[in-house]
Amino acid sequence: MTFGRKLLSATALAMVFAGATAIGGPAPAQAEAKAGGTLVIGSTQKPRHLNPAVQSGIATAVPGTQLFATPLRFDANWKPQPYLAEKWEVSDNGLDITLHLRKNATFHDGKPVTSEDLAFSLETVKANHPFKTMFAPVTSVETPDAHTAIIHLAHPHPAILLAMSSALLPVIPKHVYGDGQDLKTHPANSAPVGSGPFRFVEFNPGENVILEKNPDYFIEGRPYLDKIIIKNYKDTTSLTLAMDKGEIDMYPFLEGARNINRLKENKDLTVTSDGYAAVGPINWLAFNTKREILAKKEVRQAIAYAVDRNFITKALHAGASTIATGPITPASPFYTVDVAKYDLDLDKSKAMLDAAGYPEKDGARFSLTIDYIPGGDEQQKNVAEYIASQLKKIGIDLQVRAAPDFPTWAKRVSSHDFDLTMDIVFNWGDPVIGVHRTYLSTNIIEGVIWSNTQSYANSEVDKLLDAAAKEPDEAKRKADYVAFQKIVADDLPIYWLNLLPYHTAYSNRVGNPPLTIWGTMAPMDEVYLNN
Amino acid sequence: MKIAAIIAQRLFYAAILILAVLVLNFLLLHLAPGDPAEVIAGEMGGATQEMMAEIRAAYGLDQPLHVQLGIYLGRALQGDLGQSFFYNAPVVGLILGRLGATILLVVTSLTFAVVIGTLLGVLAARKPTGLFSNVITVLSLVGYSAPVFWTGIILVIVFAWVFPIFPISGMSDIRLAGGGIEHVLDVAHHLVLPAFTLGVIYLAQYSRLSRASMLEVLGADYIRTARAKGLSESVVVGKHALRNAILPIVTIAGLQFGGLISGAVLVETVFSWPGLGTLALDAILGRDYPTILGILFFSAVIVIVANLLTDLCYRLVDPRIRSGGHK
Repeated sequence: MTFGRKLLSATALAMVFAGATAIGGPAPAQAEAKAGGTLVIGSTQKPRHLNPAVQSGIATAVPGTQLFATPLRFDANWKPQPYLAEKWEVSDNGLDITLHLRKNATFHDGKPVTSEDLAFSLETVKANHPFKTMFAPVTSVETPDAHTAIIHLAHPHPAILLAMSSALLPVIPKHVYGDGQDLKTHPANSAPVGSGPFRFVEFNPGENVILEKNPDYFIEGRPYLDKIIIKNYKDTTSLTLAMDKGEIDMYPFLEGARNINRLKENKDLTVTSDGYAAVGPINWLAFNTKREILAKKEVRQAIAYAVDRNFITKALHAGASTIATGPITPASPFYTVDVAKYDLDLDKSKAMLDAAGYPEKDGARFSLTIDYIPGGDEQQKNVAEYIASQLKKIGIDLQVRAAPDFPTWAKRVSSHDFDLTMDIVFNWGDPVIGVHRTYLSTNIIEGVIWSNTQSYANSEVDKLLDAAAKEPDEAKRKADYVAFQKIVADDLPIYWLNLLPYHTAYSNRVGNPPLTIWGTMAPMDEVYLNN
Repeated sequence: MKIAAIIAQRLFYAAILILAVLVLNFLLLHLAPGDPAEVIAGEMGGATQEMMAEIRAAYGLDQPLHVQLGIYLGRALQGDLGQSFFYNAPVVGLILGRLGATILLVVTSLTFAVVIGTLLGVLAARKPTGLFSNVITVLSLVGYSAPVFWTGIILVIVFAWVFPIFPISGMSDIRLAGGGIEHVLDVAHHLVLPAFTLGVIYLAQYSRLSRASMLEVLGADYIRTARAKGLSESVVVGKHALRNAILPIVTIAGLQFGGLISGAVLVETVFSWPGLGTLALDAILGRDYPTILGILFFSAVIVIVANLLTDLCYRLVDPRIRSGGHK
């Protein structure tokens, strides 16, 4: 089956669902769904502005996906569903993607959504979004009529379907954003005009975002809610307290073990880990392979053998997090569990260090430092302290180096001024978007955080990732990624520790909670409130 | 000296002071490690080198420091405090949007502290060795020694957990739409804990101060004369004694306004009060230079204005100063 046909069949399948639910996505219990009400979401993440076309991150994505519609949306099984595009086709050679836009879609200012807007949005994202790999292969976007857009690619690019969902390709109105002003600092970023289920009311930076129902939404009968308010809290403790007291209805990206367990005790709430499959947030230990000692693979592996991931997830995180075994999140279709594991073995670790030419003298072999992102002690600082105490047992003096705030840490890591560092990096759906950046040797760029700051270079890995990015056949693509995962798990430029225990807590009044692969970073047009 | 001349002189000094505040703060901030472009890139989930250069250029961070300072001062003199790096919005707007909340908190706390503190001090002074006086003394010392963030957290535990009668976060219930009396009551309800927390430390000071001041005044000859004239105790205390005893309180209240603003930063953080304090903290963590500078500028102005007003109040309360008799 060719890539194109496969997609066509996926589309056909999607259309069947679409017929049942009008939009695809999980079928809501229509009889129960009630219109009206205000959903209050609590968050500690403060958005800079609300336009995801030029700003990545959770803080902008949650309101951004309510304000802006995307060509596609994804269900809980990683299957693309129609959204602004009612159907789409991929040519047999995988080089052309034709999107058929809905004819009844309008922006919040009443102007129709056209293929021109889509082409403009794609160009904007390509030029301004930090995830360059999403649309790099796009050579041009053809607009034969107002509701048809044909995306031409330099080579097959299977990740593009996912890159047309969630907050990654918001369709922004050309008549608003195409006025010649710099998109990064455009005033409409803070008061957006989109075509999503909710329209903009108010944005008080650092305090709240208020959205109201879009009465002219292109999916009839939706959204159910009258209003969504995203309220900022200063820290997770006060946010947890607010959720517990019923001040808010939903708390996405909840992660502290104590807070999770506390909210689980509240009978009026549901706490679930569903809805984070695409985010794939991995907490890891990165090695600067440019450092003489850490350049040796055996040393990195020896360190891994001294760190017990089970202790981290079970004791330090009180059972709330799970082990990450490699660069790709277990929820991804491209994940393999079959890689080197490094179960705790201090004797083996010591023997490997001896063999690598670092014998123990007076109880010590060498000294290194470890950095961590300040703020989230449970995932970062406490784990760094634990690693230091473990490495002491094998004769490595590891100094924990604190940073007063995020910019200081980011400066050290992006300028490659570190030995070891803790870090948290997201998969962002397709490996092309969130995984490649850490391992491609072409992405060793000083001064850029979350690039290949480990300075890891393996030509085999480069080749596999390049091939996987262009491979239309899903099975072959998976094989490339499996081979890649095995190699990096052996080379170990990074020792993956655990997945962040992201949970969503929501009031039992909330119907159809957003639990697809993008969770709250997807349109909440099906969410409703009881009472 | 004529009052207009005094005000003109004070304003001149204030202008120099503000300029010094601007220049010093600008230099200090830029000497701190960390790069705003890194923060913006961090928020974006990474960036390419070209994008980092674009961000630096967009915010003028690629210019030499003295050029940046010159541009900043030039704009500031025209009332433009620049664009926030983080929120990409005019700093003046961000600050004005929150100034009201901070002033409401500070003025309420100060009023609470001065009125209740003075009252308690005066009552205690009437029987300086009595039980009431001792209780007030002990409570004052406890209030004075407790750090404001500790008091805040204890109040949060007591009133959110044990007796959940006060809201503990924010300034109003986000679900309440519109204004009206309901909104005013809602804000007042939210104000109780933060204002009490911020006020209690100063309340302790005022009660101690007014007690000592009253004791001194009550022993003065003119009080004995007033009593000898057969005036009632309330007139003696309220009119003759208090008016004299209140002078040090007015002085201290004015001087403490600056301290209250810095205390407000901590209280606002504990209670998520949407004022300048929370904005300042976010701005510092985000290396949002224009916003930090803007907040420092506004707080400097507030303190200077408060001191000026204190001076004027002092003249109203004390006729000796008004007539220039102290010279």
